[in-house]
Amino acid sequence: MDEAIVLTYEISPDDFTRAGEASSDVKGKLKQLGVSPEAIRKVAIAMYEGEINMVIHANGGGIRVEITPVEIKMILADVGPGIPDVEQAMKAGYSTAPDEVRSLGFGAGMGLPNMKKYTDDMTIETQLGVGTTITMTVKM
Amino acid sequence: MTVKDVQEILGARVLTGEEFLDREVRSACGSDMMSDVLAFSKDHSVLLTGLCNPQVIRTAEMLDIVCLVFVRGKKPDETIIEMAKEREIIVLETGHRMFSSCGMLYKAGLGGGAI
Repeated sequence: MDEAIVLTYEISPDDFTRAGEASSDVKGKLKQLGVSPEAIRKVAIAMYEGEINMVIHANGGGIRVEITPVEIKMILADVGPGIPDVEQAMKAGYSTAPDEVRSLGFGAGMGLPNMKKYTDDMTIETQLGVGTTITMTVKM
Repeated sequence: MTVKDVQEILGARVLTGEEFLDREVRSACGSDMMSDVLAFSKDHSVLLTGLCNPQVIRTAEMLDIVCLVFVRGKKPDETIIEMAKEREIIVLETGHRMFSSCGMLYKAGLGGGAI
């Protein structure tokens, strides 16, 4: 694995049952590449939460995964409404998800905190009405 | 304990994964909120839930969960069972409620794992 391996996914909006397919695919590819189970699990959980968020809040978007021998970088970009208060959104238990999302098992206000918890680095760039880009890195 | 033990303790029915019942489980987690489950990451786990949708299987997949138990008689549909089968995740179904199911497993020695 000398060069970075790049995987890209388009996350379709409003299809909750398919949310998680991209994360599942990445998980399988990392396994084939012989990445450690610990790193795979961190990537899978963080990306899955991000993918769910894109479907729930942002009308879908795009995910780019870059795999190098030292790290796995995930870039999740959407053109959704943006996050008004990032600090608040990072608090465990804070959620703006509607009740219907909660009845599907999400919207507990753990998405962003979980993404941070399972990655070695996470940055959020967001602009209201323009969109959000979240970059997460997991070290090998 | 093994999944077979879990099945016997809960008087559960096996919906898929009959051939994997000898797999070992070391901890368990019970919730209908998948993000709360995702905050929990332990090896060889059982997930007890009353939520019945494909995201339960995805959550189990991301966490490498060995066995799923649908509590209070919830019956997952064919799509859900098929998804679990493809991923070699054992699926059990019990009539016991969440609290009782967790209590029965806890009493038999299955813990929640350290925080």
